[in-house]
Amino acid sequence: MPDTAVSPVITSRSESTGTSQANAGTGYERPAVEFRNIDIAYGKFVAVRDFSLAIPRGSFVTLLGPSGCGKTTILRSIAGLVDISRGQISIGGRRVDDIPIYKRNIGLVFQSYALFPHKSVFDNVAFGLKYRNVPKPEITRRVGKALEMVRLPGSEKKLPSQLSGGQQQRIALARAIVFEPEVLLLDEPLSALDANMREEMRVEIKKIQKETGITAIFVTHDQEEALSMSDQIVVMNAGMMEQIGTPEEVYETPRTSFVADFLGKANLLAGSVTASDGQNATVALKAGQRVSVVSPRPLSTGTDITIVLRPQKVQVGAGIENRLSGRVISASYLGGNVIYEIDIGEQTVIRANSQLVGKMIPEGEAIEIGFDPAGCVLLDETGSRVS
Amino acid sequence: MYDPRLAWMLVAPVLLLLIFFLLLPIAVMLVYTFFTFVTAGVESATVTLANWHEFLTDGYYHGFLLKTLRVGGMTAIICGILGYFPAYFIWATTFKHKWLLLLLLIVPFWISFTIRTFSWIHILGEQGLINVTLLKLGLIQEPLQMLYTEGAVIMGLLHFLLPYMILNVYVSLESIDRTLISAARSMGCTSAQAFREVTLPLSLPGLAAGLMLCFVLAAGSYVTPQLLGSGRDALFGNLIYDTIMGQLNWPMGATLSIVLFMVLGCFAAVYTRYMSMSQIVKGLGG
Repeated sequence: MPDTAVSPVITSRSESTGTSQANAGTGYERPAVEFRNIDIAYGKFVAVRDFSLAIPRGSFVTLLGPSGCGKTTILRSIAGLVDISRGQISIGGRRVDDIPIYKRNIGLVFQSYALFPHKSVFDNVAFGLKYRNVPKPEITRRVGKALEMVRLPGSEKKLPSQLSGGQQQRIALARAIVFEPEVLLLDEPLSALDANMREEMRVEIKKIQKETGITAIFVTHDQEEALSMSDQIVVMNAGMMEQIGTPEEVYETPRTSFVADFLGKANLLAGSVTASDGQNATVALKAGQRVSVVSPRPLSTGTDITIVLRPQKVQVGAGIENRLSGRVISASYLGGNVIYEIDIGEQTVIRANSQLVGKMIPEGEAIEIGFDPAGCVLLDETGSRVS
Repeated sequence: MYDPRLAWMLVAPVLLLLIFFLLLPIAVMLVYTFFTFVTAGVESATVTLANWHEFLTDGYYHGFLLKTLRVGGMTAIICGILGYFPAYFIWATTFKHKWLLLLLLIVPFWISFTIRTFSWIHILGEQGLINVTLLKLGLIQEPLQMLYTEGAVIMGLLHFLLPYMILNVYVSLESIDRTLISAARSMGCTSAQAFREVTLPLSLPGLAAGLMLCFVLAAGSYVTPQLLGSGRDALFGNLIYDTIMGQLNWPMGATLSIVLFMVLGCFAAVYTRYMSMSQIVKGLGG
């Protein structure tokens, strides 16, 4: 299994102390951040359970999940803002369980920007440097450089309240990276921005992360943000890790029905196997139709199975495989694309996002759809992927 | 749609209230300052500057005014120092029932202010709690003179004003976004440094407002010095009382009232202007 809940890189287990600077470039360096079997509890409520993860240096890792899944708690535990009740966290190979927050050398960006309202932009950005005893001329130079990086040069004298939300968040980003922290933690930094600004900032954050080569851990509940920015996505649910993988892996081959549903509103079609060989399986859907799908292994007849089908993989029109006929219950025109919701019987509704060819099929009309047998993923009765 | 008539109608009740119960009485007082004092209880409407002349030339009044400002200032500063800590404690505590702590601050207001002031007589007096205890323990031979001193007056004022200060500071602390403190800590501040960099400066507007409030209330107080001070510890308010009720000299009493009103009003205006309270508020993005 390529995407089990263990570290995506091979980590050295040597407990050598001393320098936290790992030699960059080699494949076997220490992970920038490593969690080993951590639990985090608030009183009796266990927010995170048995979480292990190693984050390679220089990578952009996203913790993705619905609110209350523990993603922010994990982020805060790296910063030392919440205590872990079991396990250990290392930053750059150094255990930080007993290291107070102010000595951890991490950069934090908050959803609410958290700029000091009584300090100028310069003083805000210079803050971390001041507490690292950087000489004054050097502070001025580095603040200037950081402001250039976030494309707000010359804004040193302004107060945060004189800036727009997007500008404030860019200052917050500059403030978090100016002292070259070991890891940059981003706690839903785009959620407070309006839609246009969000997209711009998404690109900007990613660009800056690449330029500086800083290890970034990003928390979000927005799957689009996660898919577009990350090297690795960790999908979280109810305090546990559901899946870890590249954006493509988690999107194309979800390991559980939760992941399938959370990322991009997949169609989950229930059915049971009627025939199967090593490559293909025939599935009788609850709605009555028979479809054929590619199966990674032979399945026994009668097994309950769920077909995960992305709306983009649903084809509209005649002359295609796995033909299903239904009725359009809603059609949303999105310019080049149309999103149909199609009732195929027995209260089964399929969402199709297809390129518009010719005329849009209006609500209430009959429609023919189908999908490629290889264009879907199968989940067994426990909700885990058949592999 | 914006209709200016509607706006006027909405403020009219308050406006009328302010005109008839605040501005008009003050205007009447102002007119009285130019009346002529004939004899106790009698004045004539002959316009004169005699009252103002007397106030401006007689050092007796100036002494009272300066003393009042000094006592008010001292009370406000002590209030600020003593009040900040409980406010910070209530804000920072993880105790679940914070409202209870805030309620405790308000509980004293359930008892009449005069009675609360009287209670100090039983604590500070010659036969009071402290003196009796110290005498019984043999630590002193003679009762200490604590009551009817300036110290007793300031003590009484502190007792009365501390809740105002604590609530003011608490409110401004409560308005601080706590992620700012997390942010400061993550950038290398210890708790103490984060307090100095973030919490303290951002709570200053509350402290400043509390100082102003305590100063004005202390400088305008009358009951506390009357009950806990000797004749020498009287404040300007007592002087006004004495002029009006004792000497029955209403024109002079009105003059002194207007003086206190103007002095404290000017203080408040200059203070808000130059202590950059509005500046701080602006900085908070308010």
